[in-house]
Amino acid sequence: MVEQALKLEQREALPDLGGHFGIFGGRFVSETLMPALEELDAAWRRYMKDPDFLAEMDRDLAHFVGRPSPLYLAENLTRQVGGARIVLKREDLNHTGAHKINNTVGQGLLARAMGKRRVIAETGAGQHGVASATIAARLGMECVVYMGAEDVRRQAVNVYRMKLLGAQVVAVESGSRTLKDALNEAMRDWVTNVDDTFYILGTVAGPHPYPAMVRDFNAIVGREARAQMLTEYGRLPDALVACVGGGSNAIGLFYPFIDDTEVAMIGVEAAGRGLSGQEHAASLCAGRVGVLHGSRTYLLDDDSGQIRHTHSISAGLDYPGVGPEHAWLKDCGRARYVGVSDTEALEAFHNLTRTEGIMPALESAHAIAYGLKLAAELPQDQIVLVNLSGRGDKDINTVAELEGIEF
Amino acid sequence: MNRIDRRFSELKRAGRVALVPYVTAGHPSPAATVPVLHAAVKAGADLVELGMPFSDVMADGPVIQNAHERALAQGTGLDQVLEMVSAFRRDDVDTPIILMGYANPIERRGVGTFARQASEAGVDGLLIVDCPADEADDLQGQLRSHDIHQIFLVAPTTTDSRLNHAARLAGGFVYYVSIKGVTGAASLDVDSLAPMIKQVRARIDLPVAVGFGIREPAQAAAVAAVADAVVIGSALVDRLDRCESVDEAVVVVREFLAPVRQAMDNSAPVSVEETA
Repeated sequence: MVEQALKLEQREALPDLGGHFGIFGGRFVSETLMPALEELDAAWRRYMKDPDFLAEMDRDLAHFVGRPSPLYLAENLTRQVGGARIVLKREDLNHTGAHKINNTVGQGLLARAMGKRRVIAETGAGQHGVASATIAARLGMECVVYMGAEDVRRQAVNVYRMKLLGAQVVAVESGSRTLKDALNEAMRDWVTNVDDTFYILGTVAGPHPYPAMVRDFNAIVGREARAQMLTEYGRLPDALVACVGGGSNAIGLFYPFIDDTEVAMIGVEAAGRGLSGQEHAASLCAGRVGVLHGSRTYLLDDDSGQIRHTHSISAGLDYPGVGPEHAWLKDCGRARYVGVSDTEALEAFHNLTRTEGIMPALESAHAIAYGLKLAAELPQDQIVLVNLSGRGDKDINTVAELEGIEF
Repeated sequence: MNRIDRRFSELKRAGRVALVPYVTAGHPSPAATVPVLHAAVKAGADLVELGMPFSDVMADGPVIQNAHERALAQGTGLDQVLEMVSAFRRDDVDTPIILMGYANPIERRGVGTFARQASEAGVDGLLIVDCPADEADDLQGQLRSHDIHQIFLVAPTTTDSRLNHAARLAGGFVYYVSIKGVTGAASLDVDSLAPMIKQVRARIDLPVAVGFGIREPAQAAAVAAVADAVVIGSALVDRLDRCESVDEAVVVVREFLAPVRQAMDNSAPVSVEETA
């Protein structure tokens, strides 16, 4: 614990100038990408201190996104489990239906401030692609979204939504044809077109400054939740629960609570068909430290260091790496990480829909599933705050298909 | 003495610019790699770059990416790559071999183990595409103690402080990336090269190789007039991709590289006057 306290004390300096969280993070990219990252790093540092930029971002978050998102006491669920009270942070009520818009508003405004006319993005479930296409439409920018061909198939509705917003969606046929391959392709585009292009990365992974920058843009979730808890409940929650793919909604919620060491932080990874096999996407629970997509972090690879194909029922969690700050939080013991299977997530999807009239994204259903489990174990005077990071409309086809329903 | 240093000093004396072909190990087939390397040397290659297959080649274009995927599908991992180097060394103890790849397979093996095994197999240089000088300090000791040079990419946009950092760690030669983009993406602008290379030389006292975007003899010749080495990758890998047999691959390498070598030798090398 002494070591943990020490590490937490040093946290203000994290990441360092090179983007390191302890041994994690950094900039493991080709030299060709370095100038783009340095330009972005400088702009991010500059505009995050610029009152005009911050004021415009706050305006957009309030009037375009609809912030603050409410806390919702899930009374029916709480009764059902008979333990701690379950409170949901309703990021599903944001414009475009997920937390992803917090980050794209920030990066979109940053792109415009830097004079870029074209934005690109990678997407898994399509939520980040939609959020990027949305901000591009609003700011009048050209937008190209890279999406694994397998995800294009799984998330047809979001693909159409992006096209309606004027974005070009490129189906990536290489590798496992999912999120990691879309990210590779977006990086290739960026390094080739860096003069006029801004890469809106959708999660807290990738090379510095992305993990820190995307965290900062999503930290509004935790700042609001912390203030709302104090106002509405007169106290902080006992535990925070959020799903982790790359980890952006989780870090957004966790970050403003890191110094509140009495608040437990639990990240929920996709255990897919079980952590004992290969068909999951739980890099923190079942992976090891390596280098992927520009940073050192926990990842899923085989014994020769090749990145493995992952599996999750939810496209947004189907990623073999994780943000380096989560790797750091895990190793210093401040957060812990657990797995929830496809079946458990699907159960939670139905449960929340039927019990509270709220249909969660399959990603968020992982957090709900663990939140229920945890609340059941805790006394009734405790509060579990679960980040409901997105709504489930986009997953209706996936759920119907699993249940053998054709429209 | 490291083979790379020896080779570049020989070339300098001979007034010859190095031709450095790149092939991905295990592509188009594992059986083809060693014969292809020998054929490249016979056709005039002075050093060879051998790609270590990786699942997520973020800095490479579609041609190299496809080659890596094909090689992996045929079971070419780190062990197989090192076996290929050992096999090559049985018949060629002089031509320097540079392994080029990504960080994760090396991390998984362990840098120390990898450096020892690579050195035993006969590797002379290592270029980790996603390990810029900023992240390379820890590697340095392990590689140095096994006499493996770490090769770094430098770009037109590389800042002076990063050039200086690379200069402290780099050995063998530096690999100057002449275009913005991934491998095989565009053709390079030869005219802008000379002043840029001059800047690199002012900071780093090593031979300068130029790569990314060189696909034909005329370009190679133009680059040879200003650089110490010419790297050709995607254009060669693209041709190899269509080969259905080892024999065919050997012929393709010879027929592609021989005219490149000839064009380079006919262009006036600048490096000779620098020798004086």
